[in-house]
Amino acid sequence: MPNTGLSSVAIALNRFGLGAKPSDPVPAGPKRWLMGQFDRFDTKPAGFAALPDAGPMVKAYREQQQAMRQMARSSPPAEATAGKTAKTAGQMAMRRDFVADVQALYRQAIQARTQSALETQAPFVERMVHFWSNHFCVSADNPQTAAFVGAFERDAIRPHVLGRFEDMLLAVEHHPAMLIYLNQIQSVGPDSLAAQRAGLRNPSKARGLNENLGREIMELHTLGVRSGYTQADVTEFARALTGWSVGAQGPRDDGNADDFVFRDKLHEPGGRTILGKTYAQDGEEQTRAILVDFARTPATATHVATKVARHFAGDVTPPPLVSRLAASFAKSRGDLPTLYHTLIDSPEPWTPAPLKFKTPWEWTISALRGLGREQIGQLQMAGVQSQLGQPVWKPGSPAGWDDTAASWAAPDALLRRVEFAQRLVAPVGDTLDARALGPKLVPASLSDATTDQIRRAESPGGALALLLVSPDFLRR
Amino acid sequence: MIDRRRFLSFSAVGAGTLLVAPRMALATVSTDQRFVFIIQRGAADGLNIVIPYADPAYAKLRGSLAIDPSRATKLDGTFALHPSLTETAKMYGQGQALFVHAVASPYRDRSHFDGQNILETGGAQPYQLKDGWLNRLVAMMPKAREGAIAIAPTVPMALRGQAQVISYAPSALPVPSDDLLLRVGALYAADPQLHPLWTSALAAQGLAEGSAASQDPASLGKLAAHFLVKPDGPRIAMLETGGWDTHSGQDGRLSAQLKALDTLLASLRDGLGAAWRQTTVLIATEFGRTAAANGTGGTDHGTGSVAMVIGGAVKGGRVVADWPGLSQTSLYESRDLKPTLALDSLIAGLSGESLGLDPAHVARTVFGSTNNMTGLIAT
Repeated sequence: MPNTGLSSVAIALNRFGLGAKPSDPVPAGPKRWLMGQFDRFDTKPAGFAALPDAGPMVKAYREQQQAMRQMARSSPPAEATAGKTAKTAGQMAMRRDFVADVQALYRQAIQARTQSALETQAPFVERMVHFWSNHFCVSADNPQTAAFVGAFERDAIRPHVLGRFEDMLLAVEHHPAMLIYLNQIQSVGPDSLAAQRAGLRNPSKARGLNENLGREIMELHTLGVRSGYTQADVTEFARALTGWSVGAQGPRDDGNADDFVFRDKLHEPGGRTILGKTYAQDGEEQTRAILVDFARTPATATHVATKVARHFAGDVTPPPLVSRLAASFAKSRGDLPTLYHTLIDSPEPWTPAPLKFKTPWEWTISALRGLGREQIGQLQMAGVQSQLGQPVWKPGSPAGWDDTAASWAAPDALLRRVEFAQRLVAPVGDTLDARALGPKLVPASLSDATTDQIRRAESPGGALALLLVSPDFLRR
Repeated sequence: MIDRRRFLSFSAVGAGTLLVAPRMALATVSTDQRFVFIIQRGAADGLNIVIPYADPAYAKLRGSLAIDPSRATKLDGTFALHPSLTETAKMYGQGQALFVHAVASPYRDRSHFDGQNILETGGAQPYQLKDGWLNRLVAMMPKAREGAIAIAPTVPMALRGQAQVISYAPSALPVPSDDLLLRVGALYAADPQLHPLWTSALAAQGLAEGSAASQDPASLGKLAAHFLVKPDGPRIAMLETGGWDTHSGQDGRLSAQLKALDTLLASLRDGLGAAWRQTTVLIATEFGRTAAANGTGGTDHGTGSVAMVIGGAVKGGRVVADWPGLSQTSLYESRDLKPTLALDSLIAGLSGESLGLDPAHVARTVFGSTNNMTGLIAT
């Protein structure tokens, strides 16, 4: 039977937090414990601080590629094919090196993210980092995005998790990871200076708009799909966004590949009308004003409220909670601590029945914490999460990972967790007693069936593995 | 600069791939026919897959993205096939492939996520239906001993619903001890959600023994065939492919995507052997892409696209289309290929005919509609 009564301490630790650690004292007042975390959150833990900037690596790669292309043009190799020059061995080797460097950086960032989740003194706030990172997700499916993905969470999400929604929105949309991921850096205003010059040089090679980022900002980051905007609004917003770019794009560009750059020459001149409002601003300010308006639109409050409610109060969101969160978001102008207070003070997330099936990430982090692991060490989280079906920062779509049980509770996913639990307990099986650990991880709520199976297991390791894959531990 | 040696120590373990691996799901029903649905997530560009080379507006709209018809396989006087689809072209020549052009689901906006939801649920509005059309189709078939199987960590929307589904994916993790498996079974025995999932997981483990354990396109096709040829094995399969959202760099990306799809189809055909004669494969996407190239060597979200129908059971060698044309006034909202055929109707007719069901009955039961496109299957 699913356990029908989680204690409020168990809810605070598991549904709001990232899972109990056996070494931590049991929180006396669950709500107070959660709200007290706002003062204990570490914006830049050591692992994230030590993450190298990807800029120099990306810039060097772009420069090398340009130099190689230049060389190939001046002395084309014999096997050059129609219209396109075949990649030389040198170019291919360079790409392999770059991909290897990016992969290493990506893995290091995942280790930092995991370490931070293990050592944090503010597990609820850390959970909100993961929540927002998924809301504003970039998917590291190509090396240029993968290079920046750790920095994205560190620099665009973490500093604002206890700030205002619109500041996080602005940080996210200015970040190279997002601008590269959703093709913004290639978008050119059709009547911009750059397009006119390019048209004069070679009329057949006209460059123009790419509406990818504009659409996803409206659909996924702010207003939400079917909230009343039209294709004309999307195209108009894409025009406003032209010029939003990153540094170190060309041979004469001595900027930094980590930095946002506004390129006036790419920007579509003139005012824009979106959702009936006209934006007459020049340059970068135009999109900034539009983003701030999006952040303050009631549709955005409802969109955000629905996702927060789904994360804490179940796959079927309770309408009163959504309304309460939306009102709190709107009234506080997107002040996130105020939103979290409203959430913690609401009755719906404290429903004793387990409301959520843990995602692979949530389950792994809670298992590592539950086994008392303080250091991530040599455990390669990138590989683990791929095996469990949720490769970190690679949801494969700008909508991010789905947050409902239907996406995670599947036969094979369950088997993977059993396999991984067995591997995880192997080195600690003799040092931990699952009978004592169980009630610490799910205080005053472990079901009789789980208690019974743990008691009857054939070995200490087997008992620990059963605890980790028990219905009580798979849900929160 | 970054010290490479330090990084390599991280990347040494579990070398991953940057590509999105395709995924698979299967269902067991009592029939000798095979029906496979391949979803192209991300809005595949129908206009560069089955190219309307004879339409005077095509080359102009696409500019440098236009596929040169001399490089493509001519299908008839109007259409040509993308040069990467070499095996598919052979099947077309053998009457085992047809293409349905200017086709779309009822969805007319341009969100991937709403569009895929409609494509998979078969509803008229996003999130209106809670189960998938493939699951409803499975429910219409005579029951077999086993349920459905998803060869993916999770079950795709099209196969979610009343009919039970199994999932399986190749694993690199160590196999749990039999003792642990038994005890987990006991632990889940009384849990209404976990018990059926666990039973299915163990069943799929057994079925998959001796199959390929990799997720590249050729292995995936082989693995699907491995399941589909088994005497008591599944008869309905769904494969998920991603990476079709070509906002930029479309030329190379679409070529690579289609090469992978072509490889997958060929290995499925080869793996099925004699059972290929009883097989129908439908390949469809949530919507098409803009008729014109965008400003960044790609195309943005559009409306009408192409659906591919492949298999030994197919009455192929033709393009089915009520071609609307690509002139500015013919385009949907002056930007997209206008849909003149309905994907729901194609799915109802095709799946009904290929599985020996009454297509009108399938249309009513699965889509709540009377429309069904027939004559696509050789009798």
